[in-house]
Amino acid sequence: MESSSMIIQQVINGISLGSIYALIALGYTMVYGIVKLINFAHGDLLMVGAYAGYFVLRQFGASPLVFFLAILFAMLVCAVFAILIERFAYRPLRNAPRLNSLITAIAVSLILQNGARVIPFIGPNPRQYITLSTVMVDLGFVSISNIQLLVIILSAVLMILLTYIINFTKTGKALRAVSWDMKAASLMGIPVNKTIAFTFALGAVLAAVGGVLYATAYPQINPTMGTMPGLKAFVAAVLGGIGSIPGAMIGGYILGIAETMTKGFLSSQFADAISFGILIIILLVKPTGLMGKNMRVKV
Amino acid sequence: MKKTLASYRNLVIPGCFALAAVILPSIGIKIGIIDAYIAQVITLAGINAILAISVNIVCGITGQLSLGQAGFMAIGAYACIILTETAGIPLPISILLAGLVTSGAGFLIGFPTLKLTGDYLAIVTLGFGEIIRVFLVNLKSLTGGANGKRFTNSSAVFLSLNADIAYLVIIASLVLIIVFLQNFIRSTYGRAILAVREDEIAANSNGIGVFKYKMTGFVIASFVAGIGGALYAPFIGFIKPEMASFNRSIEYLIFVVLGGMGSITGSIIAAFVLTYLQEFLRFLRDYRLLIYPLILIFVMLFRPQGLLGMKELSFVKTWDNFRIFLKNPAKFKVIKDKFTSNKGEKDAK
Repeated sequence: MESSSMIIQQVINGISLGSIYALIALGYTMVYGIVKLINFAHGDLLMVGAYAGYFVLRQFGASPLVFFLAILFAMLVCAVFAILIERFAYRPLRNAPRLNSLITAIAVSLILQNGARVIPFIGPNPRQYITLSTVMVDLGFVSISNIQLLVIILSAVLMILLTYIINFTKTGKALRAVSWDMKAASLMGIPVNKTIAFTFALGAVLAAVGGVLYATAYPQINPTMGTMPGLKAFVAAVLGGIGSIPGAMIGGYILGIAETMTKGFLSSQFADAISFGILIIILLVKPTGLMGKNMRVKV
Repeated sequence: MKKTLASYRNLVIPGCFALAAVILPSIGIKIGIIDAYIAQVITLAGINAILAISVNIVCGITGQLSLGQAGFMAIGAYACIILTETAGIPLPISILLAGLVTSGAGFLIGFPTLKLTGDYLAIVTLGFGEIIRVFLVNLKSLTGGANGKRFTNSSAVFLSLNADIAYLVIIASLVLIIVFLQNFIRSTYGRAILAVREDEIAANSNGIGVFKYKMTGFVIASFVAGIGGALYAPFIGFIKPEMASFNRSIEYLIFVVLGGMGSITGSIIAAFVLTYLQEFLRFLRDYRLLIYPLILIFVMLFRPQGLLGMKELSFVKTWDNFRIFLKNPAKFKVIKDKFTSNKGEKDAK
């Protein structure tokens, strides 16, 4: 069956893209859940991660071991960036109106993008990403590349790890408590500032992995590369219900599959419009997203 | 009662300032006191100010966060170029029609989206902005695709070649928009919109149809954005789908935030100062791109309400203060304090 194998092929491509979206979306959703801020700079952390990985790969060549080293280094760099950004840009505004933090987030995003553009060793020009050599694994009726396999498995492992951290560790409990009620949590002796910084770092770590994987799958990087996957991942987070962690994962996969399906069967130009269209339709039908909780307005 | 000139002062003083702001620089450009480069920058700032007003109507006055206003500007620009080039309608009429087309698009988009609030509305407007951009790129036969579209019509080229006429037309439109808007805000509709901004639930329980007034604000804002786009197209003479991009919308939002949300004069001043600053800082090359966001963060940290907050600058009051100052400089301070209320008059530049 020609068409059914084609569909399965597209689904696999979609899951691979969707895993990356899900990884990035988790960062958005965690930060939103805890400080109610759309962290527009999150997509640019992806860019930072991709560049951090790029320099490691360029230094040591592309072998599987170096690739994991690159991911680790990217995680470290992004975590440091996220903690600094949280400390100096977002924390002073935590009690300010929501709009102000939103504008600050946009400003931080512009600083990261334009900063990368003026730093001499990054520069505005796009670069070819150094990746592992592609090997196709043939599964009879569909074939899957080693990179896609890596993306899917690594993201799944990370998401399981994240679920474990959030549900079964002390820090995770603190994180949930702070997102539930910041003041009550601080009265219970939970270090709110540390927990929030940890959340940002956790999101940034996932974004770093997402960045390296995205650059591996679409091997070209430039300072504005984070904007589009960032927006898409944000759409995924809203789609799943922003603030909900399983929602972000599901949203990521749905968006990834919808996008590759559109590219494969309809028209590749309208893929972006389709993903935003899905977002709009979902929000109209269920304004809090697929797994979001309804908030009652009290007078 | 005898009506003297003084009883018309609320009309006369701002009117004089407005006429001066429209006509004097235009003559200056004509006879060459103001060189073509500066004329270009000021006129562009005028268009930016129109767009900043549009964003301000949605964000500052109606109280809804929109991140897709550049999409409406692009619709206006493309509508103008298509109406003039393809349909052969004279430019002034097609600019007005472009505004109407854009407000129609605003109505269609606002109908589903304005039921959402806060961050969700922001993200949906962002989504619509991107959708508009994707459509502009892909409807090649109508919009020229990713390469954009160029004006060839003689009446339009006339505007991009003659800096003085362009200045006159664009700044005059800006002044007209300000006049209409100031009057609108003080009408019953305007007051209702302000009530919705302040407290939706309270407004609703006082019999104000929240959705209807949000929609009114949104449609007016799209009309203004459409006019801005329709003026931009013949002035620059060339448009690209990138006009609808997220970064453009953010740029206009920055004007409004820096000038003060809800303050029309504030966003106009911010638009002019920042547009000029952008040109002035060219010697810093790419580093100037860092200054913009840094200013933004510092404003958010230290003056979160923006330059003017919700206040308006008033020509009449400035004029009064000026006269009091001339008569008795010592008394000035006392009276100035007494006069600092937040109802403003119009402002041209």
